[in-house]
Amino acid sequence: MEERIVIVGAGQAGGELAAGLRKHGYKGRVLLLGDEAHPPYQRPPLSKGFLQGKVALSDLYLKPLATYERFEIELKTGTRVEAIHRSSREISLGDGSRLGYDKLVLATGGRARPLNLPGLEGARPENLFALRSISDVEAMRGRFVSGNRLVIIGGGYVGLEVAAVAVQLGLQVTLLEAAPRLLSRVTGPEVSSFIERLHRERGVQFRLACEVRGLELDEARRQVRGVSLAYQGVPELLEADLVLVGIGLTPNTELASAAGLAVDNGIVVDEYACTADPDILAVGDCANQPSAYTGGRIRLESVPNAIEHARVAVATLMGKREPYAAIPWFWSDQYGLKLQMVGLSTGYEQCVTRGSAEGKEFSAFYLKDRRVIAADVIGRPAEFMVAKRLVSSRVEVDATRLGDAAVPLNSFAA
Amino acid sequence: MAKITFIEADGKEHQVEAQEGQSVMQAAMDNLVPGIVAECGGFASCATCHGYVDEAWTTKLPAPDAAEEGMISCAYHVQPNSRLTCQLKVTPALDGLVVRLPVSQTSE
Ligand SMILES: Cc1cc2nc3c(=O)[nH]c(=O)nc-3n(C[C@H](O)[C@H](O)[C@H](O)COP(=O)(O)OP(=O)(O)OC[C@H]3O[C@@H](n4cnc5c(N)ncnc54)[C@H](O)[C@@H]3O)c2cc1C
Ligand code: FES
Repeated sequence: MEERIVIVGAGQAGGELAAGLRKHGYKGRVLLLGDEAHPPYQRPPLSKGFLQGKVALSDLYLKPLATYERFEIELKTGTRVEAIHRSSREISLGDGSRLGYDKLVLATGGRARPLNLPGLEGARPENLFALRSISDVEAMRGRFVSGNRLVIIGGGYVGLEVAAVAVQLGLQVTLLEAAPRLLSRVTGPEVSSFIERLHRERGVQFRLACEVRGLELDEARRQVRGVSLAYQGVPELLEADLVLVGIGLTPNTELASAAGLAVDNGIVVDEYACTADPDILAVGDCANQPSAYTGGRIRLESVPNAIEHARVAVATLMGKREPYAAIPWFWSDQYGLKLQMVGLSTGYEQCVTRGSAEGKEFSAFYLKDRRVIAADVIGRPAEFMVAKRLVSSRVEVDATRLGDAAVPLNSFAA
Repeated sequence: MAKITFIEADGKEHQVEAQEGQSVMQAAMDNLVPGIVAECGGFASCATCHGYVDEAWTTKLPAPDAAEEGMISCAYHVQPNSRLTCQLKVTPALDGLVVRLPVSQTSE
């Protein structure tokens, strides 16, 4: 019988993997199974241009349906995988049928982390949203109208991007964040305050270091009326027409753990994307992998990671061994301003900025042991490209010269 | 429709039919052309859709905007005819376009 690779999850990583197998001339069957109604699509525009109405649905699709047909990728949308039977190398589907595999790749991504709050038990309010999929955007779009009051819980990238779109559409936006500053887990204070100012100038209101205490529901428990919180020790009730929760992602690891595979903040894989079962791989947001860059284990949630991880898995499946080596990077877009981040700043000793944080654009470089371990670049694409090289080459830099705008950044790159 | 030829760094050619209105990068993606990664999905944020546009076409293309200019100026293996293919819209005038791909995008 013809060899068969089955991919569970038709998202960014799954789609990339299926395409990569064909690019490398894989001759066996490739089945790409996803529980959403759409072929693999890009999620980044969901909280940016797509929500704003500037990017069309068909432009989200990474490839048109015809491509899957032409390259014999058996894409099955609306198909949920329920279980893995490792001893017989089969999976079972939502309709009860079973499907055999020779190699299985888990590319299941994650789901929005739910809010656990008093008042919410058992209720599924119509105006309480999360943002992970096209259908999430479709569900909330009708309420994204001028004048509506939007409360966003969570000051990460998704929450901030939605805030930017919403104020531009005329909504009244208040963003609640538990930490004393925005993006506190991923950037330094200089960048946090720059971004806060960017939003405040356009009318977004913030409650930082605030504690969300509960949601007020209407009598039928179908609508959220407001969010109760404590801000600077004072209780407050914020009325809302809609509430968006953006407090992170829970990786979809249940299939793996039920099949006895190791799970520890993601499905545990080695540097070749393999689980302990040689016939099962895992890639993308759902996978926890060793990182040559940090020296530890890491689970990343980004498109570049999904693409690189899929590339590694393709090599493994084609019998080559090419470990994951890329440096993590990420981008965001708020009010048309490009934010590009490379590396992970955790544990940095010094932050050097170029340009002024009071101006419209600047770059922040995070140094450790005289080397740039990460950088956040705002509105300066050329500096981002150089920053990427500085982080990957690990060359030593002189912090004073790095901060001197008169010294061309290019002169530091190896 | 326009015919576009992508040439990988190792010389392998891929001729594809591109649809009017889509980007040159998307035409490569739709046809599984190796050597264009397009991490950012076409938003001029990654420069992994970098290509060298054959001379005959450089003047037929609109000049890069500031975002593209910035990304390209410090990309890997830049040449005077370097472009971000996600910023190039396919028009009938591009029929026959040849795009060579940099060695940095062939590691896949
Ligand atoms: C609003 C938003 C904005 C973002 N912005 C950016 C950005 O600007 N830059 C960036 O780099 N990244 C961004 N990301 C993150 C990026 O989109 C993800 O990292 C990327 O999509 C991960 O790809 P993946 O294939 O691992 O998971 P996904 O793309 O989530 O795909 C997983 C798929 O598997 C399906 N699935 C799960 N379980 C099963 C099952 N049992 N059976 C069948 N199917 C299943 C899921 O429904 C889903 O379709 C953003 C994400 C969101 C939600
Ligand atoms: S696809 Fe990212 S810059 Fe063109």
